[in-house]
Amino acid sequence: MKLNIRYYAILREQAGKSAESLDSDATTPAALFEQLQARYPFTLNASQLKVAVNTEFRAWNTPLKDGDSVVFIPPVAGG
Amino acid sequence: MSAPVFTFSTVALDSNDLRRQLADPASGGFCAFEGWVRNNNEGHDVTRLEYEAFAELAIKEGQRIIDEAVKKFGVNRAACVHRVGSLNIGDIAVWVGVSSGHRDEAFKACRYIIDEVKHRVPIWKKEHYVNGDSGWVNCERCAEHAHDHHHGHSHA
Repeated sequence: MKLNIRYYAILREQAGKSAESLDSDATTPAALFEQLQARYPFTLNASQLKVAVNTEFRAWNTPLKDGDSVVFIPPVAGG
Repeated sequence: MSAPVFTFSTVALDSNDLRRQLADPASGGFCAFEGWVRNNNEGHDVTRLEYEAFAELAIKEGQRIIDEAVKKFGVNRAACVHRVGSLNIGDIAVWVGVSSGHRDEAFKACRYIIDEVKHRVPIWKKEHYVNGDSGWVNCERCAEHAHDHHHGHSHA
């Protein structure tokens, strides 16, 4: 299925892009992140990130559907 | 009561303009917090900052925080504006304002909003240092900081 991924901050720099659409067999954000770790030199691991699906915080085992938008969220630093 | 609001700005914040939106005939107290860009962090000399946000989710989460503060402390009005883009030393990075019947709830709601924004809203800060290096705060040394929610990057 097709997944739309957006990258922010340190993940954007390490992926070398802000967004991409991928054909993936990952059924959860956890599985998707594992696939992306093999592709990009991410220094953060999943335990340090949160995940959003379709612009809402979701659990790592949330089932993904075709066309979902996924964002992995590094530790925040507003303020 | 007007709708509480969490917003982003790509231009410099003017606290006089911002406080006017919280004027309310039922309010006898106003409290604001401004986070300023500081020239040092954890022993490094900082020259400027860049803020980046996942805007769609950040606005939702920021609005939830403001709604929580209004409900929890019973204040009349509350707002928070966060900068994105490149900021220089001394610039206002974040502004929080609350107006309420009395001072106590204004102080408490203001504190609640800034603390929750720092912990929950998807905003990232990249520091640029005097020596030419740069780094994403809380991300480059995450092994040390990932689970320390009280780790201080306060501008206060």
